[in-house]
Amino acid sequence: MAAQAVSLNRKEEAGRLVLEATGRWISSFAGQIEPLVIDVEARKPKAASVAIDVSHIEQLDTSGAWLIERMRRDLEAKGAAAEIVGLNPRYRILLDEVQQTNTGKNAQEDDHNPVVDTLSSLGEMSVSFVKDTAEFIQFLGASVVSLGRVLVRPWTFRFTAVVNQMDRAGFRSIPIIVLILFLIGGILAQQGIFHFRKFGAETFVVDMVGILVLREVGVLITSIMIAGRSGSAYTAELGSMKMREEIDALRVMGRDPMEILILPRMIALIIALPLLTFIGSMAALFGGMVTAWLYGGFTPEVFLERLRDAISWSTFWVGMIKAPFMGAVIGLVACVEGLRVQGSAESLGEHTTASVVKSIFLVIVLDGAFAIFFASIDW
Amino acid sequence: MANIESAQPASKRPETVPDNYPIIRVRDVWVSFGDHAVLKGLDLDVRRGEILGFVGASGGGKSVLMRSIIGLVKKQKGTIEVFGKDLDRLSEDERNAVERRWGVLFQHGALFSSLTVRQNIQFPLREYLDLSQRLMDEIAIAKLEMVGLPAFVAEKYPSQLSGGMIKRAALARSLVLDPEIVFLDEPTSGLDPISAGEFDDLIKALQQTLGLTVFMVTHDLDSLHNACDRIAALADGKIIATGTIDEMLKSDHPWLRAYFHGKRAASRVNGRKA
Repeated sequence: MAAQAVSLNRKEEAGRLVLEATGRWISSFAGQIEPLVIDVEARKPKAASVAIDVSHIEQLDTSGAWLIERMRRDLEAKGAAAEIVGLNPRYRILLDEVQQTNTGKNAQEDDHNPVVDTLSSLGEMSVSFVKDTAEFIQFLGASVVSLGRVLVRPWTFRFTAVVNQMDRAGFRSIPIIVLILFLIGGILAQQGIFHFRKFGAETFVVDMVGILVLREVGVLITSIMIAGRSGSAYTAELGSMKMREEIDALRVMGRDPMEILILPRMIALIIALPLLTFIGSMAALFGGMVTAWLYGGFTPEVFLERLRDAISWSTFWVGMIKAPFMGAVIGLVACVEGLRVQGSAESLGEHTTASVVKSIFLVIVLDGAFAIFFASIDW
Repeated sequence: MANIESAQPASKRPETVPDNYPIIRVRDVWVSFGDHAVLKGLDLDVRRGEILGFVGASGGGKSVLMRSIIGLVKKQKGTIEVFGKDLDRLSEDERNAVERRWGVLFQHGALFSSLTVRQNIQFPLREYLDLSQRLMDEIAIAKLEMVGLPAFVAEKYPSQLSGGMIKRAALARSLVLDPEIVFLDEPTSGLDPISAGEFDDLIKALQQTLGLTVFMVTHDLDSLHNACDRIAALADGKIIATGTIDEMLKSDHPWLRAYFHGKRAASRVNGRKA
């Protein structure tokens, strides 16, 4: 065999051009064959008649056959009579088959103007933001309607599903939430002691930890953890059910997916989040107390005494009142995004990400709105 | 059929194996999951250039054998030779080279859902070869049209296609490197009889065009009659018979009688006699 696996030799024979193809015209060598073909395509044939001699081809597959066919078509297009000669009969069917392909115009992508692209994607974003908002409101309405239906016919309420969801989204997240908030409470106390010491105001650390944890940190961290842990799981679950037409199956069996899938999940979060917030806040206060004891030298008795003076019922309730709303927002976003999943795995990932990002964003926005509200009623 | 051979560069071409040596040779293969043995010392030869239909009860291990040949299921014992090479004794590079020489059509197509059909078909080209985008596009369209799909399907995503189109597009992907063997896992299941018939014709046409060896797991009696050169029947973890459809029909083995002369098969056989 020649050193070069493939070649295409030009010869003049009795006024006609002969292109002699040799070697193994197969896909492994297509990268070497294509330049040879492009070279032929780049020149204008002088002879009116061209023969593509394929008798020396050792091996041919679809890619090789296509390249021969492509060369033949190009020559014909330039007005030369091109024919394929010396074809081994066993490749006849293959070449015939290839001759019937690529006859239409390939769908080529249009060129894009970057300015127009930017503007159009900006426009698309604005439209999708409005659509998003409308869809959330619609979904909220739909879930209130189905809640209403359940209230009218309480026997249709899926108590087991709610308990199951509470177990998965709520009970099983207790360890991680307790751990995280314990650490955060400890860190807050340590930072407070470290900096307040300069003013000799260490005892105010207890006030700071108590108010911060009960009003803001407890509920915020818990909501963010649940959005990341359970919201994403909801989206992925509902999304893959949507992908496999399970939601359509529910619908055709005359069951409302809203009632069976969404309502239990949302109710579970609305109930679970205040409970988790309470547990989390206690863990944070405990973390603060331990740190104050070990690092600041307050005994637990002093810490608790001080705490009792520093916080009031309203401090506690400000945090707790927010929790069910956070749960509703997380559940709403997770379910809406889950039901928006289209057929592909990529879409599932995209919507799961969107679910977590949007619910954390909305949790913080909602928290801000509550801060304004509580400030204006002087709580 | 020695015409379509190794896709490796000439210098690395392995010493040739005799033409009549089975392209797939399975000997004494045992596969079990936990305590449950699925394949119990199975022997099977697949000849070069044939379409072998592989039948057996549901859950009987047909797919398990296919998956252990292509290396997705580990066997506990036995040898599997493909292209005359023992798959257990190959280095990673040699194994990659062998894998390039076969294509697999999974039962549900297994097209990558985040890629278009064109990108799906080009995936093996992109991974294994260094080709210009234009040539890859042309090859993808050529393959797509060879499996009987119109060119505009190339820009669609798998979720936008019907079941039959997904199977065809997946077949195009499995054929894009011009493999010597294709493994088909129930290629006609879920297709209407007309599409299934067309699919059988397509497999036969491609087998003749490309010189393929086809290993087809199937339950479709029509495929067995129309497309397959030879049939191997699996029961109780072993091959109980191999032969042409006529030999299968004549066999006295109770399982084969039940399979080929059962209620569903009867009309087919009577139709043939009439």
